[in-house]
Amino acid sequence: MRPVSIIGIGCTKFGERWDSSLRDLVAETGIMAIEDAHVSGEEIDALYVGNMSAGRFVEQEHIGALIADCAGLSRLHIPSTRVEAACASGGLALRQALLAVASGHQDIVIAAGVEKMTDVSSGAAADALAAAADREWECFFGATFPALYAMMARLHMRRYGTTQEELAEVAVKNHHHGSMNPLAQYRMEVTVDDVLSSPMVADPLHVLDCSPISDGAAAVVLAPAEKASRYAEVPIRIIGSAQASDTLALHDRRDLTTLDATVHAARKAYDQAGITPSQIDLAEVHDCFTIAEILAIEDLGFFEKGAGGRAIEDGLTTLDGPLPINTSGGLKACGHPVGATGIKQAYEIALQLRGEAGSRQVDDAEIGLAHNVGGSGGTAIVHILSR
Amino acid sequence: MMTMKTKAPRFWRCIPQRYNLIGTHCAACDEYYFPPRSVCPNCRRDARIEEYKFKGTGTVITHTTIYSGTDDFERQTPYNLAIIKLDEGPRLTGQVVAPPGEVKIGMHVRPVFRILGKEGERGIIYYGTKFIPVEG
Repeated sequence: MRPVSIIGIGCTKFGERWDSSLRDLVAETGIMAIEDAHVSGEEIDALYVGNMSAGRFVEQEHIGALIADCAGLSRLHIPSTRVEAACASGGLALRQALLAVASGHQDIVIAAGVEKMTDVSSGAAADALAAAADREWECFFGATFPALYAMMARLHMRRYGTTQEELAEVAVKNHHHGSMNPLAQYRMEVTVDDVLSSPMVADPLHVLDCSPISDGAAAVVLAPAEKASRYAEVPIRIIGSAQASDTLALHDRRDLTTLDATVHAARKAYDQAGITPSQIDLAEVHDCFTIAEILAIEDLGFFEKGAGGRAIEDGLTTLDGPLPINTSGGLKACGHPVGATGIKQAYEIALQLRGEAGSRQVDDAEIGLAHNVGGSGGTAIVHILSR
Repeated sequence: MMTMKTKAPRFWRCIPQRYNLIGTHCAACDEYYFPPRSVCPNCRRDARIEEYKFKGTGTVITHTTIYSGTDDFERQTPYNLAIIKLDEGPRLTGQVVAPPGEVKIGMHVRPVFRILGKEGERGIIYYGTKFIPVEG
């Protein structure tokens, strides 16, 4: 396998994009990434797109061909493939594109992600998302995603003394980071009191513990590392990429307060990169709920199991802390158009490593990690990026 | 989107274990499975799988109270959901019928047969197992 670099990045504004269709979002981000990479259409060998549920959200399938068409590439007849791993669809698209280039099969490949979620009611959106859980043995009995993560939170609180205030601090931090990101869905700051006084969704998770329903798209352009400097001033190397799976239903897991898929994917990615967790300068982790960020920073090896909540409360993961987490605002504040999230995470890390993150720039960032989860942990995908 | 449905619903299938807690037991390794598995992950080809009806009693491992549900469950809110460990070992997800705040980790529960949901006012009714606290 040969080394691969990111030579171009693009991301739309996330949020309730009433003015834009799924097609508009794809075209917008595709053009950004292609222009950033300085590649011509003729050079592009393939497209991969992460998309969870266009069939449910906009009643459109066959997203592979659609995005090639929208990006103006239909006359080139290049292969375009849609991949799906629920909320990890974007991370999966990046990984498939990476494998295509690393194998030597293709040279210039675009990995994109898109979700247009606000064309349906919030109840219909919640039901579409619930399809990422075990429909027959969880959802049939009334489970929702907030409920599954709430049950993980309850047990984490019981075992490790994690508090609702510590959960709230995740939202406070990520909204603070989001306030500095022009692409974020939410630019406003929130306080611990705001989170704790917001309506309860699934006890102990409040509305402000949950990531929103969002529209958005993101794309990155990959090339063999040996050719990357022809296109990009600062190519970003992908030095680790791993994917792991686990039981679909939460209740079947070995441990309800650990995402074993994250643990396994992270271990493999660190091995490939030849680094330890302590060498990571910043990370985008899958904070679909505040508890999910606490689980992630433990399972990725940044903090001991059970110590995640205190690490957040002690400010260890803020922009000016030793390990900034979710500088984009995370899923919580930047927004979570599910298929786009995994690509947006790679976008944010690449932007930071290029030194182009503006007021939220992390000083001297050399190595960053992106962590994308599908469902309640049935899939986890970890990428490690380096300048 | 759709409010009235007269289609054959995706859960309108013959799933006996929905109405009784029927799973399987591997006589080779003495492991119990719910929902039933026909291949034992421990023994694979050496497995001796037999049908097993669970007692249904179990313990709450973790729980939540849902205040905002999907369209199908919205009118049942608030309701309690829990991960329950059956006495024989397997875990499952189910509702616990009790006032919010009364469900506790470690609480003993037993199964009851209940309506789980309806597809709209005149739609198909789904039945299945819920749990209630065991007295005392």
